This record gives sequence, C-alpha cells and structure tokens, in this order.
Amino acid sequence: MDLRLLAAEPSAAEREAIDAVVGADASNGHRVARDDRGRRHLLLPALRAAQRRVGWVSAGALGYAARRLEVPPADAYGVASFYALLALEERPAEVLHVCTDLSCRLAGAEVPDGAHPSPCLGLCERAPASLLTVAGEEPREVQLPESAPPLPQHGDESLRLLRRIGVADPDSLDSYRAHGGYAALRRALDLGPALVLREVAESRLLGRGGAAFPTGVKWEAVARQPRRPHFLVCNADESEPGTFKDRVLMEEDPFALVEAMTIAAYATGCEHGFVYVRAEYPLAHARLESALAQARARGFLGEDVMGSGFSFDVELRIGAGAYVCGEETALFQSIEGYRGEPRNKPPFPVEVGLFGQPTVVNNVETLFNVLEIVEGSGAAYAETGTSDSTGTRLFCVSGHVARPGLYEVPFGTTLRELLALAQSRPPKAVLLGGAAGAFVGPDQLDLPLTFEATRAAGVTLGSGVVIVYDESADLVDAVLRIAEFFRDESCGQCVPCRVGTIRQEEALQRLAAGRSHGDELEVLADLTAVMRDASICGLGQTAANAVASAIENLGVFAR
Amino acid sequence: MFGAGGGTSSYEEVRETDLIVLWGSNARETHPIFFHHVLKALHRGARLIVVDPRKTASARWADFWLGIDVGTDIPLANGMAREIIAAGLVNTEFVERATDGFDAYAASVEPWTLEETERVTGVPASAVREAAHAYARADRAQLCWTLGITEHHNAVDNVFALINLALLTGHVGRYGSGLNPLRGQNNVQGGGDMGALPNRLPGFKLVEDESERARFEAAWGAPLPAKAGLHLSEMFEAMEHGELRALYVIGENPAQSEADQTRARRLLEGLDHLVVQDIFRTRTAEMADVVLPASATWCEGEGTVTSSERRVQRVRKALDPPGEARDDIEIVYELGRRLGVDLGSPAAEDVWNELRSLSAMHAGMSYARLEELGGIHWPCWDEQHPGEQFLHARLWEPEVEVRAPFKPVEHDPPVDELSEEFPIRLTTGRRLESFNTGVQTGGFSSPLHRDGTAIRLAAEDGARYGVGDGERVRVVSRRGAVEAPVRYDTGLRPGLAFMNLHFPDEVETNVLTIDATDPQSGTAEFKATAIRLEKL
Repeated sequence: MDLRLLAAEPSAAEREAIDAVVGADASNGHRVARDDRGRRHLLLPALRAAQRRVGWVSAGALGYAARRLEVPPADAYGVASFYALLALEERPAEVLHVCTDLSCRLAGAEVPDGAHPSPCLGLCERAPASLLTVAGEEPREVQLPESAPPLPQHGDESLRLLRRIGVADPDSLDSYRAHGGYAALRRALDLGPALVLREVAESRLLGRGGAAFPTGVKWEAVARQPRRPHFLVCNADESEPGTFKDRVLMEEDPFALVEAMTIAAYATGCEHGFVYVRAEYPLAHARLESALAQARARGFLGEDVMGSGFSFDVELRIGAGAYVCGEETALFQSIEGYRGEPRNKPPFPVEVGLFGQPTVVNNVETLFNVLEIVEGSGAAYAETGTSDSTGTRLFCVSGHVARPGLYEVPFGTTLRELLALAQSRPPKAVLLGGAAGAFVGPDQLDLPLTFEATRAAGVTLGSGVVIVYDESADLVDAVLRIAEFFRDESCGQCVPCRVGTIRQEEALQRLAAGRSHGDELEVLADLTAVMRDASICGLGQTAANAVASAIENLGVFAR
Repeated sequence: MFGAGGGTSSYEEVRETDLIVLWGSNARETHPIFFHHVLKALHRGARLIVVDPRKTASARWADFWLGIDVGTDIPLANGMAREIIAAGLVNTEFVERATDGFDAYAASVEPWTLEETERVTGVPASAVREAAHAYARADRAQLCWTLGITEHHNAVDNVFALINLALLTGHVGRYGSGLNPLRGQNNVQGGGDMGALPNRLPGFKLVEDESERARFEAAWGAPLPAKAGLHLSEMFEAMEHGELRALYVIGENPAQSEADQTRARRLLEGLDHLVVQDIFRTRTAEMADVVLPASATWCEGEGTVTSSERRVQRVRKALDPPGEARDDIEIVYELGRRLGVDLGSPAAEDVWNELRSLSAMHAGMSYARLEELGGIHWPCWDEQHPGEQFLHARLWEPEVEVRAPFKPVEHDPPVDELSEEFPIRLTTGRRLESFNTGVQTGGFSSPLHRDGTAIRLAAEDGARYGVGDGERVRVVSRRGAVEAPVRYDTGLRPGLAFMNLHFPDEVETNVLTIDATDPQSGTAEFKATAIRLEKL
C-alpha cells in the first residue's frame, strides 16, 4: 500500500462504518466539538468496522480513521498491518479461513483454492474447521462446521464450571437466573469487597490462562492501589493452538462471565471493564453482546448494580488475529489502539496496566471459578483438588480421541484418566498446554494433572490443551507447524524472539528435509536458552518449549 | 495587566491547574513549548477549553471547542459573565474585597443572555453555558490568549473582557489560577519589560510620569521626551502625513508584516532615510539607505531573555558573529559615538546592572543569581527575594490596598464588514514550522511548508464558489488582491477562510488585510478581513 493516506478519501460506505464507531464528523459546519484526543482506543474497532463493511481496509478508510482519531497515518498503518485478519489489499467480500493448525492437521485439513490458511480457530473439537467472513451491509462471520458436538460430560452431576452448559439458555438472563445465576453477586454485595477478597485468597485459586498466578494476590494488589480509576480486563483472546475452553464458556454461559467480572470489579474497585475476545469467535461476540445488553437493561450492570450503589459496566473489544495479544500487556496495547507489542514488566499491570492505570486482568476460566468461591466459600472450594492446585480444571481434548471436547476434572486426575474419559486411541505422544506447552510420551500417562506435578516433570498445563497423537501421527509435521506458528506470530519487537523463531524453524526444516549441517540440535538448544532468557514476553520465552520437549521426551530427530 | 504587562502565572502552575482556556490561541502550533506544559496538565487530568473560529490543532486536543465567529470575543465573554452571575457562581468574597465596579459591570453584561450570545457569536447557548460553568466552578483555572484576541481593532477591550471573567470568578492571584497572554517569541516579554514600548520606560514606568522621567534623566544625564512616542501604526500614519521622515528599524520586517502592505511599502519608500538593523537581508532591508548587520543574539551575544512566564534567563555567547555583523549593544554605543555621545563600551552585564538600578522589579536579579537559580520571575525586589511565581497575590490579602477594577466593554464588530461583494471572512495566522514573515524560516525548503501559501476553505465553500481543492484563485479584499491555491480544510466552517502570512514572497497575504488598529495597543486587525474569491 502506498502511504499517501492523507490524500485518499473513504467511500461513503467506509465513512458510514467508521462513523458508526467514532461518531459522525462534527468538525465542519458545527461550532462545538469535544474530545478528539484520547480516542485512539477506537482505532482497531474503526478499522474492523471498515473491513466488515467492504471486505478490506483501503487507504481511504485507514486515512479517514486516522484523521478522525488524531492518529498519525503512518502510525495507524503500523496498527492495521499488525493484525493478520485485517487486509490491506483489496479482496473479495467473502473469505474462507481454513484452520491448518495442530488438531485440524490431524483431521486432514485442506485449503481449497482462494481460501486462506489460518492458525488455530479454537474449534478443535469439530476439526477440521474453518471460519467464513462475509463483508457487506450485514456483515457476518460463520464458524464451520456450524454445529458443535454436545458436551461430552453433559448430565454429569459433578460438573461445576460447566454445569449450566447445554442446560440453561445462553440467550436468556431469566434462564440464567433460574439456574442459579446472580446468586454469587448477591452474596458478594452482602459480604463487601474486603470479604470477597478474603474468600478468593483462601480459595488459593491460580490463574487458568497459563501463568498460574494466585488470583487473590493479584486482586488485593489492585484493590490496594490508591490511584484511580482501576480497570478490569477479561482476557478472552484465547489463541493457544488447541485451546477452546473459553469459547465454549462464553458461547454457552455468557452471563456467568458477566457476573464474575462484576464481582471481580466490585472486589477490586473497578468501574469499567473490558472483555477482549479474539476475532475468530463470532458466536461468543454475539452471545456476550446480548448478555451485556440484558444485564444492563435489568440493573445487573451500569449505575447502581442490583441497587447496591456500586457502578460497573463492561465493553466488548474484539481482536483482529494476533496470538501475541493474549499476552496481557500486548492486550492492553491492542485495546489502547497501538500495535499489540508486549510491554516490559515491571511495572506489572496491577500498578501500571490498561491506559497506565492499575488493572486486574483475568482469564475467562479463572473468573468462572470465582462464582463458586463466592457462592460457597474459599475454604470449601480449596477442598477440591490438591493443596497446591485447588478446584477443578478444564481440558480441551482433541486429536486422536473418539470424544473430543471440553472436560472438567478435579486437579489431580491423571492424564490416563482424562484420556479414558475422551476415549483416546493409544497415544504415541500427547501435547500438553498447546504450542507453548510440551510433548509427553506414553510413559508419562500417569502424570497427575496439577500445577506442581507438571512443573516437576518439566511440562505445563498451560491453557489446558491436550492433543493426542496416535501411532499414525506425523510428529515431525507437528513440530514444524509449531515452529512455523511462532515464527508467524512473533511480533518482531525483540531480537531473541524475532530472529530466534526464524532460526528455529530453519534448523527444523533442514533436519526434516535431511539437509542437516550437523549442528542443528546444538543450535536449537542455544536458541531455546536465548529465547527463554532474553525475550520480552511469554511468546518468545516459550517458543522453543514444545520443540525442545519433542526432541528430549520423544526422540524426534534423534541422531 | 493591572499595571504590569505580563502573564500572571508560571508554567509550573499551568501544569498543576485544573482547567486551561486557550482563547484565540492555537498554542499547539504557535506556542509549542507552552503547549508541552498544557499537555502535562492534560495528562494529569486537567481539562482544556479552546475558543477559536477555526477547529485548530489545539482544538482537536480540547475537551471542548467553541467555534465563535471572528471578532465576537466580547459577546462570548460577556455572555459567559452574565451566565456566571445568573447561576450564582460569582466568587462574591473575592469580588467584594478585591475588585471595584462590579455593579456597573453586571449591568453591562445583562443584555448578553445565552440566546443573544448565541445569535451574535454563533456558539450554541448550551455550549456557552457549559463553558461558563466549567470556568467558574474550576478550583484552579488558567485563561490564556494570543493574537486571536489582540489582532483586532478593539484588542485592549478584548483583553479587558477576559480579565473581567477572571475577576468575577477569582481566578487570579492564586497558585494555579491566572491570566496569561502567550508570547510569540522567546523575548517579546523582555522587550516590553525593557521599555521598548512608546509610552513606557524600563520596568513599565510611564514616560509621561514626571517623577519617573526625572529619575531616568538623572541616571542617564540627558533629557527625555516628555510625551509618549508613536506606536507602529501611528508611525505609518505620521509617515502618511509627512511628519515622520526617517525610520530606524531593528529586527522588524514591516515591508512584509504590516497590514495593507501596498500602503506600507509606499510609505517606506517615501521616507527620507531608512536604517535597518537585522540578522537577515529582509525585504525592508532591501529598501534601506543603511543596513547594520547585527549578531544573532541567541548564540552570538551575551544578555538575557524573558519568557511568557516572566522568567528572566541568561543567554550566553557561543559563536562570534559572521563577517561585519556586530552585537546589538555595540551598534548602539557606536551609533552614540558617531552622534556625539560617549556611552563607553559597556558589556551586556553592565547594561543589565544599570537596568537593575533603575527598574525596581529587576533589582534582585544579578547575573550570578540568574545563573544560580536558573532564571528568576519578575518582580524580584532585592538579592534576597526569590522572585514572584505568580502575580497579584496581594488581591487575596486581608486588606486589599489597590482594588482591581472591572472594565465594562461593549461589542464592536470587525471594521472590515462582510457584504454581498465581500462575503467571506478571512482570518490569518501562523503554522508550526514557520515564523511570521518567514525571514528566519522561509529560507530553506521543507515538506512542512507545503500548502503554506494556500487559502484554506471549507469544502462547502469550494462547491459554492466553484473552486476545487488545489485550484488557483484570485483572493480579493477592499484593499488588494492576491492569487493563491485553494486547500479544503475540515477545521473551517462555510464562510470562514484562513491564510498564513509566512510566505510573502509567493503570496502577499497582507495586501488583503486591513490596518484598522486598536488605538491603545497599535495592533492592526489582521484577524478579520472581508474577501471574495474569483476564478482565474
């Protein structure tokens, strides 16, 4: 794209779509205007709106959005070109994005002519999957296949996080309340913020997004910050290949997320929350928007929540195809309208987070656990699982199993038991934790699925990914795909990751093609250490994990 | 104001205030250093109101922009005042203790109801009300203005209208609240302080005050004229009448900066003798009988400058002036010698120390202290005095000796009236990278100069008069015509046009402007010209 953005004019349709996000241009013929600055955070929504209207982001649309939001055009171009799903070249209104990631490869994914290959779409339980995007006056996105298999554990009385799924109507607030909804918020308002914080601390709940940080510690740190406002961010940018748990929760039980966010905000003193959902989850967007609107209309959000005097509202923000935006500070950058490049830490988000303010950021599954903790008690919650891994855990099981899908089991369940539930074929290998996780061999099936046991074994639960590879599977192909994934998703900001992910893929390609220089394994070991030690964020730090584990645990490329 | 010509507040207070009003100022482009302090305030959570006919770059940073019609500042200020009074938001304690003439002022603004204000200014009544309430309710507020207020035929009245608002709300004389005319150069303030005004001696003492004059005469050992001199516009009038026959121009370029340029140039050409002292060969210098090449004082000489916040700062010499260029002080005493007066050969510090002996407000500012403290705000009465961060704290003392008077002012629309023949209001101004007539900034090519010669219009006016974006047109006023390319500008509403004055060699904007001047300040009404467009 030629960067003469200032000269290009948007089409009427593009102007209309962008105005719908940023407000009509009142600069001409008007006498009063307010606050053009500080609206940069609308840049990504505006670009997304333009693309949904006409199918791509033209120079005119980009320039117009930049002008309206007072963002320098080159800067706006930097943002637009950061996201894989924003097209800066003209393309048809209908685009099929075909998942070619880990689980879908196992299911024989093929990219037809004219379609775009895509990283994991989070539809692994129905692999091979794809996403159809249709631009126009009534834009839509369709997840294919459209129907999902029912929850494998449907009807199981012991389910906690999943108990309403397939039971309550996800489009009805009344149905949610009939199935126990908003009892937890009522109890939280009775307890007061301090006691809610105590219950969460006593539950010893650890974050479910991958980093396993104690939720109570995070909440207390934000609640303590004298600087206002505080922000709450729900990280629903679930993009780890093989992960789909948060999507199922948001699609099938959206009110629970809204309620849990309200409790978190109440406990930590936030008046404004964002839920940042990846672009590939259109059904979740629709269900959440509907849930937010209903909650607002019925006094569960907005001014004076449930008559308590507490005010809180949630805004839905949608990504545009960037795995790295799942990293919490990259996610803030994305919401603020910048390229989704992670920030250095410290300072940590509890002190300097979204818009530079103290910020609570929690994963969807983490927040779901809060409902049970508040409704019962932290101590009761901690009785499930092990002493270091309390509660239950969701696992996204896919690959060579008869019953792929989302499973909820108490911490401490072994991998073998989980695979039995999913009617797995005998595995040659299991990928735990996704692309940033690690492979384990058939000799490690008795591994208890807890934070402490996986840590001791040098692997991770990560985001709860369990992909099964049977004897027929091509592990070299899986390893190459993981390397390609990280090379593609590296934001390029820091050298160890930008260069390291490329060198890693090159070395693996040489090994796979039998064109070894003889030193690839040493190079890979070096890269693993360098990326882990010197990358700014978790993406680079974990980009060699799965590859290294395949070499160490499974003997892939063994000499 | 109130007797001393300087802004009341320091930059620190601007950073620490709660509300900033930029009235007739596009500080983001024209006072970028000052705007840094504004930005720091905004990042801290302060609010910004911008009053400007154009939706300028500054307005785009504002919480709230009021797009008034050119030359209706007094109606807007009076309308805000009436609303403040009607809503019971007057700082009655301050008004009763520290001001005079409230009742007459209140009566003078009474006709300016919100509806009437909207009718005259074009600003919606609700916005006038909101701005009035925001200013009156703010705990701290800074009211800042520039040429949008002063380049009018009733400039001084415009300033009084703003001062009245500050008196009404008590936004003066306190930390964080004040009134600030922003200065367009690093030493505009210092020039005035040193007495480079027709009616003032150094330290703002009046020429016509006999005892003050006697003090200076004694120190200088020479009689001084008993009457105030002429300001710039009066000089041109005197030239017109043949009373002024010789002119000594220091660091000015009137051949290009004066309004109604055709006339200005004719009068300059008719002089018996013209001397120009400058660092560049300006258009005026080209007309001169004698040119005195001067040093660039910011790097080729010693001395001081005084910023908008009244902070006197040292300037140090880094380079020798090129060629035959000489230091300004040296030129003055050499000139004295040729005229038969031996002024000695004082260094910059000697001149400064003489000033300190005559201007009480500079008395405590030795070079050593200026160095040590990184500059000092005037007034600084003695070598123990730290300087005043803000002025007029006396207005908040238990006993106010000299009260600040309200000065009721009446609306007086721009002289160059709009008519069927001249239906478009042209206003002129500056842009970020250029400086006045371009003497210092036009000598090199830069992409930032792009479209600097254009006449800017709303796209609606382009359609109405059949001139496209980029098309060259003839711009005609009652005094002259220039050709310029058209640029559409979303910051302008229909009926309002804008031109820069930085590129007079290509487009002589000031051929169009009117030399209607304020009798007190001598500034011409550059901001309000009636024009029409003619297709070429």
